[in-house]
Amino acid sequence: MTMVEAIRRFVPDRSTVALGLALEPLIPFAAGHEMIRQGRRDLELVGPISDALFDQLIGAGCVRQVTAAWVGNVSEGLGHCYRRACEERIPRSLEVRDHSNFSISLALWAAAWNVPTLPTRSLLGSDILHTNPGVVARDGLVHVDAVRPDVAIVHVQRSDEMGRAHAWGPMGITEEAGLAADGVVISCEELVEPSVTLSDPNRILFPETKVVAVVHEPGGAHPSPVQGFFKRDHSFYRDYAEQSRSVKGYLAWLEQWVMLVPDRTAYLNRIDTASLRITRHRMSEPVDYGAE
Amino acid sequence: MVLSNYTPQELMVAVASREIQDGDLVFVGMRLPILAYAVARNGHAPSARGLFEVGLMRDQPAEGFLGTMGDPPNVVGALWATRMSNVMALMAQGSVDLGFIGGAEVDRFGNLNTSYVGDPAHPKVKLPGSGGGADIAILSRRWVTLMSHERRRLVERVSFITSPGYGDGSPYWRKRNGLLGGGPAAIITTICVLRFPELGGEANLASVHPGHTIDEVRAETGWDLRVADDVMETPTPTEDELSAIRRFDPEGFWTRSA
Repeated sequence: MTMVEAIRRFVPDRSTVALGLALEPLIPFAAGHEMIRQGRRDLELVGPISDALFDQLIGAGCVRQVTAAWVGNVSEGLGHCYRRACEERIPRSLEVRDHSNFSISLALWAAAWNVPTLPTRSLLGSDILHTNPGVVARDGLVHVDAVRPDVAIVHVQRSDEMGRAHAWGPMGITEEAGLAADGVVISCEELVEPSVTLSDPNRILFPETKVVAVVHEPGGAHPSPVQGFFKRDHSFYRDYAEQSRSVKGYLAWLEQWVMLVPDRTAYLNRIDTASLRITRHRMSEPVDYGAE
Repeated sequence: MVLSNYTPQELMVAVASREIQDGDLVFVGMRLPILAYAVARNGHAPSARGLFEVGLMRDQPAEGFLGTMGDPPNVVGALWATRMSNVMALMAQGSVDLGFIGGAEVDRFGNLNTSYVGDPAHPKVKLPGSGGGADIAILSRRWVTLMSHERRRLVERVSFITSPGYGDGSPYWRKRNGLLGGGPAAIITTICVLRFPELGGEANLASVHPGHTIDEVRAETGWDLRVADDVMETPTPTEDELSAIRRFDPEGFWTRSA
């Protein structure tokens, strides 16, 4: 399936969308940019920390609510579009549901396990208890309400067409978000045969019954890193931070990198991918699934 | 190497690294703490392990520059690559000896605000939020924050407690409120180090960085800062510390820009 079709079918207006779930790596920027091009409105974004992608979607006016632990630009600091939305309602007002990294994970595990809340000792003494009605202190514990995304969008190293996705490196809150969501959209560097994915079932992220779409989108996580494929493009984040300081600068950035770019192939043609591609490979030892 | 030739950030990293004891499990935050762990591990704390909320454990710093804890070099040689909730499990059990948290605004009782300046419903400034900061502040055994020393950042009381320190400063505030960990140990700024009493409470001035004075620190602090009886000059970075910092931040991305 193409990214255009996946977003059209599975991310309608007013969806609750979980993305950027592995924190800094494997961020599905290509999917986010397609949401912007299709003019999505009133989305609720769910994530742990967000490295620039939430900021871009907020600046483009796609977002009604953010349920997250942190929104900004990890190596540069503040998210300028996020600030403008919260402080000046530009381009529109934004509801914020504050979490910590731990509590957003628990909110998604609660939804994954189909329980209304999960308790934690975190957030005790934090004013997050006063701004987010979905985290409540009672009897010495904090009860975190379930957060159930309509769809989780996950970029991975490889997947087969049935949605058996292999990802490696740190996973952040990817697994609980996928299990909590009604459906998962996979975006992958490599589309491989089932014989590859099924050779290592421990590495399969989600049950195939959860996956609603598989998009072969090489480079779909740029500028975020993909272990074994791409380094992080630090200067791209810096340039975005500088340009997005003003509305005018942000809109110019958006034209250049999203609105006037038809698809990911055209986008990658504008990037020096050769310098970002990881070339020194480190293969793990295979494991033996022998049974008889 | 000329020892006086270091930046404020390099001094902060060196001071932060000295907070890490050998054998510690350290919850490593973003930016300067990544370097502090590398310096400690290369020097006085060879068996310190680092834990990263993205879902990693390491017993040696990554080879090469990290823009974020999730950069591919941080995964190479990792002891454990996993999900965040597994890493949080260790901290929830009280197994994290030391955490680092970046601060935007801190008050005399060590409470950190990284969420809202002004009324949360109509904030004057919307800051990025907790990330793992609140979790570290509540659950790690002790923690340290690093920040630029400005009067608008070191305030009498933060308007929003994202990551709790000693709350209202009253005795046993953390215990009464059920907070697991011991609370903040130090605030490392660009001009000084503030420390807290063993049982918590109010920060006091423990050391002043070379080239700065107690009067300057007090003038740049938004409350009537207590000065410790044994206040001293912050020891400068050693050659070993500086060479480790420059090895892991060769372009000065973290330590040579403002």
